[in-house]
Amino acid sequence: MAYKIFAAIDVGSTDVTMKIYEITAKKGYRLLDYASSIIELGSDTYANGYISQGSLDRLCEILSGFMKKMKEYDTTEYRAYATSAIREAKNNEMVLDLIKRRTGMEVRILSNSEHRFLMYKGLAVNAEYFDKIVEKNTAIVDIGAGSVQISLMNDGKLISTQNISIGALRVRDRLKYFRLDTAHLERVMEEYISNEIDTFQNYYLFNKQIKNIIAIGDETKYLIQIVPELNITDQFGPEQLSVMFDRLLSKSPSDLAAEYKISYERATLLLPAAMTYGIFLKRSKADMIWTTQIDLCDGIIVDELERTKKLTFNRDFNVDIMSAVSQMAKKYQCDKLHNRNVAKIACQIFDKTKKIHELKNSHRTQLEIAALLHDCGKFINMKNAAENSYSIIMSTEIMGLSHREREEVANIVRFNSTGFPDYDEGREKMGDGDYMTIAKLSAILKVANAMDRSHKQKASSYQIVVKDKQLVITVDTLYDLVLERGLFDDKADFFEQVYGIKPVLRQKRSATI
Amino acid sequence: MKEKERDKNRFNKPEYFENRELSWIQFNKRILLEAKDKSNLLFERMKFLSITASNLDEFFMIRIASLIDMVHADYEKRDIAGMTPNEQLEKIIPEAKEFMAEQYKVLNRSLLPQLDGVGLHLIRHHEDLNEKQAEYVDNYFKRNVYPVLTPMAVDSSRPFPLIQNKTLNIGALIKDKKQPDVVDIATVQVPSVLPRIIEVPSDNEGETDIILLEEVIERNLDKLFLNYTVLSAHPYRVMRNADLSIDEDEAADLLKEIESKLKQRQWGEVIRLEVADTMDRRLTKKLMEQLNVNENYLYKIKGPLDLTFLMKAYGLDGFDEYKLAKFIPQPVPGLERERGIFEQIKEHDILLHHPYYEFTPVIDFISQAANDPNVLAIKQTLYRVSGNSPIVASLARAAENGKQVTVLVELKARFDEENNIVWARMLEKAGCHVIYGLVGLKTHSKIALVVRREEDGIRRYVHLGTGNYNDVTAKQYTDMGILTCNDAIGEDATAVFNMLSGYSEPPAWNKLMVAPIWLKDRFLRLIEREEENARKGKKGRIVAKMNSICDPVIIEALYKASAAGVKIDLIVRGICCLKVGIPGVSENITVHSIVGDFLEHSRIFYFYNDGFEEVYMGSADWMPRNLDKRVEITFPVEDEEIKKEIIDILKLQLADNLKAHFLLPDSREYEKKDLRGQEKIGSQNEFRRMAMQKKPKLDEEIVKNIFEPATGIEE
Repeated sequence: MAYKIFAAIDVGSTDVTMKIYEITAKKGYRLLDYASSIIELGSDTYANGYISQGSLDRLCEILSGFMKKMKEYDTTEYRAYATSAIREAKNNEMVLDLIKRRTGMEVRILSNSEHRFLMYKGLAVNAEYFDKIVEKNTAIVDIGAGSVQISLMNDGKLISTQNISIGALRVRDRLKYFRLDTAHLERVMEEYISNEIDTFQNYYLFNKQIKNIIAIGDETKYLIQIVPELNITDQFGPEQLSVMFDRLLSKSPSDLAAEYKISYERATLLLPAAMTYGIFLKRSKADMIWTTQIDLCDGIIVDELERTKKLTFNRDFNVDIMSAVSQMAKKYQCDKLHNRNVAKIACQIFDKTKKIHELKNSHRTQLEIAALLHDCGKFINMKNAAENSYSIIMSTEIMGLSHREREEVANIVRFNSTGFPDYDEGREKMGDGDYMTIAKLSAILKVANAMDRSHKQKASSYQIVVKDKQLVITVDTLYDLVLERGLFDDKADFFEQVYGIKPVLRQKRSATI
Repeated sequence: MKEKERDKNRFNKPEYFENRELSWIQFNKRILLEAKDKSNLLFERMKFLSITASNLDEFFMIRIASLIDMVHADYEKRDIAGMTPNEQLEKIIPEAKEFMAEQYKVLNRSLLPQLDGVGLHLIRHHEDLNEKQAEYVDNYFKRNVYPVLTPMAVDSSRPFPLIQNKTLNIGALIKDKKQPDVVDIATVQVPSVLPRIIEVPSDNEGETDIILLEEVIERNLDKLFLNYTVLSAHPYRVMRNADLSIDEDEAADLLKEIESKLKQRQWGEVIRLEVADTMDRRLTKKLMEQLNVNENYLYKIKGPLDLTFLMKAYGLDGFDEYKLAKFIPQPVPGLERERGIFEQIKEHDILLHHPYYEFTPVIDFISQAANDPNVLAIKQTLYRVSGNSPIVASLARAAENGKQVTVLVELKARFDEENNIVWARMLEKAGCHVIYGLVGLKTHSKIALVVRREEDGIRRYVHLGTGNYNDVTAKQYTDMGILTCNDAIGEDATAVFNMLSGYSEPPAWNKLMVAPIWLKDRFLRLIEREEENARKGKKGRIVAKMNSICDPVIIEALYKASAAGVKIDLIVRGICCLKVGIPGVSENITVHSIVGDFLEHSRIFYFYNDGFEEVYMGSADWMPRNLDKRVEITFPVEDEEIKKEIIDILKLQLADNLKAHFLLPDSREYEKKDLRGQEKIGSQNEFRRMAMQKKPKLDEEIVKNIFEPATGIEE
């Protein structure tokens, strides 16, 4: 059969959703079925730190239903992802295990940046819509249950992303705690939200004038629904938003639910969401909020198609990741030319040694990021640069990288200039990162870095071949390579330890200066 | 704003609306008129009379009982026509009594004499049996009746037994042979397990003599009370508001009200006591005492009680010339039984018009799906199904064949609850996923979905209909259905079942209009669009066919549309709370009501839409219960050929002057057309003829001008 049935499942913080797609080579993908149930797992986690037994029972019931539903289409593959509600729950591993045993479904936890990157993919793949908006500086505001993700687009490329813990559900539940009347509530909420946003603004927006806001998140749809008289299609500005506010403040969630045919739970989330948009709109001085109806499942299917190369997209998401990394490098005043050179050599070594290390493309991305950021710690202090670099990377979200991947990058950078720890010590320091992945990528980075020790990009080209247990790197340059050679041997030993082949440096003098 | 409000209020005055119960009585009267109508065959008339009787029973059990409940609960809310429950009862009960008198007038003065004339003799009193017949019935009594009787004498030590709802009984005054001065009462139920009609030997060759079971028992009553003398004996019948939960038509606040007053409510209270008008006064009094009934609830009957026996009489052998020849539903034109149904649906949508055309394609749809290796899943709603439903059997087989089968069983389908539970269990056992719908909402929609794996991907096949998946009633009810594999409808069908399975409502629908949340608004928008067009001087036109119309919001919208110049023709079989011909309000509205041999059941809605005509069909009437408290589906008909066919069907129904009754201006009464010198058009006859001739095309001559406004809007 010339098609495949694939299910994307989002175990979210307010809803559990499944979309079943038919994937064909010719027509791309088509949505066959969409099932969603409201279950506020986030309320459990954000209030108590745990997913309660009751919620778990209900969740398993829903997921069993999904497993049955998949059979209705003879579904062959699925991806099920859990986001912040389960990720942040202290009993998350138990929950996943119980789900597996009760329903047979394998659910994986997404880190925030993976989650948001999938959302971003789902959004960006709609090129006609997206490319037009991001021609101008744009902030993508993704209001989730637990947090808001704000990503900035400059010149059509993603440049930074930041997570703020003011998600609609979290804000609602936290404010409920104060038991305030509406007028009062509004003020407290505004204070609470603007506080968070101002901090963000000071650090991340600096000189960037934001023109457009793209709003991701279910709430926008319902916000539009409660003001039918405005006939909003896919964008609204401050005036329309203020009409929404008035509506939200003049009616109770149960009235809203009854009148505009939305669920009660959803209705309670509208006020926090509208406030977040409102405050963000006010502070950023953007003209317009664009709405979109994408959800995580849309991102999962795009990711799946990209991964299996069933479909080619005109947007290369790696470019987005690298542009965000470049922005970060710029912020920490990294040596751009040197780092790019190191990254180039590192990737070249990676590609030539594929058969030896057997790493995946995602590891190459990690290596490239590590190379581009390997000296960012110098921004803080020249002295303890390695540890500082580690800390900066650990505390900066990088779109598209999972937490584990980011921790690996941070450690590659950290051990780039210092001695690589033995296994026991390494396990202690590397957290979730995989020791061998870090070692392998580190070994490459160390060699590549040594090649440009002088930061002068002395060579016009490097030729790299694997030959007789040797990695022969031939440098075409007229410059003297004393400095490089001095460090090279040292780094080469570690490389040999990891790969069992020894890097050898040769010089060719055909180039002209 | 004020202007707008005043405008709004202009159309919702209570005097513009009819009370639904009074309108219902009119509906039953129209059926009674068919029983009177000499142009109908004699046995068909008997059948119509029987239908009025069973209808009236249901009316008492559901509607009158509900009103009495309200009175007991001191519930004062006024109905659509501005009447309190008490005021309604005060009007309804006399009308009901009058109606019953009319029923017996038809029976005694018209039907029975004419039946005598054709050789069917109902021996009204056992005293009239001849010797041979008397011996026959006594023998019959001894062998068949006596063993199943439970006579009950009532005296100081033995209380009056519980008389079951809707049962026929014989009450008697008896005197103890040893205590001659004490008169007691006794009662015995006429067993419902035995046939009500007993054929007795006739003196005349080729004629049929019958007597009713209660007469046979009455004749032998002394054999039941051996130590007593039977002074007098007469049949009686009670109706209770017993096993009823609150009718879904009533407001939720009523339910609360009644719950809070539960203690005061007399469950199982008798709301109607029917007695033979010849009953001994003392016996009547004693029964009223024992059953706790006042004069209001006493109905004296001039003839045999419970006229539903006439339906059994209809089934007596012979008399074929007095019965309508049984109509055999015809094969659907263009549909080949030898070819798979899915293949044919893929070519084009298929319209089904029952009972003129077969129900078989619907049965085939499910049964072929059950055996098709490429079918992955079947989903269907079931409301009322027949006893040995081939559809239920196919669903079970599909599950056994490893397909994913989801069946929504509506347990709350009136009167069918027990039956439904039985086969719901059976389906579950076979491996079907049986769901019971949403709490508090009856699932009334009729939809079946088949998911099939095909060469180029998943394809969904859908059946949508106006009637139940019942192969038996599909031979008696006029219903419409569509088989399609339209992608957008397929997606919606999936969403319907997801919703019924308890998943969140879909964010939007492609094609279907679904109650309770979305349907009413959509109807209002469609009506308003016609109104707007009329206001702009364009043509506005609505034709809607349904079983009942009593939603005040919809009626108000129709009034507004009418006032704006929209020409509205309604074809309403049953209750109609709308009034026609009110100056400035409903002058542009007509109501036609067709009472025919088949029960009109389809719901069709036509909107002119400035020339871009839209046609919808579905399961919902314009009643609050359908629009607000049920899961209902109304679907657009988009295939141009089929759309045209359905418009033709509406045209023909509007042209009907033979079986159509017309609502009179500012009244609840209906009138038939004076047909002297007119060409008679009976729509059901025409449809039958067209089906038999396999000529699905309409005779344009008959219906010309039907869809044009009778008078120009400009005038």
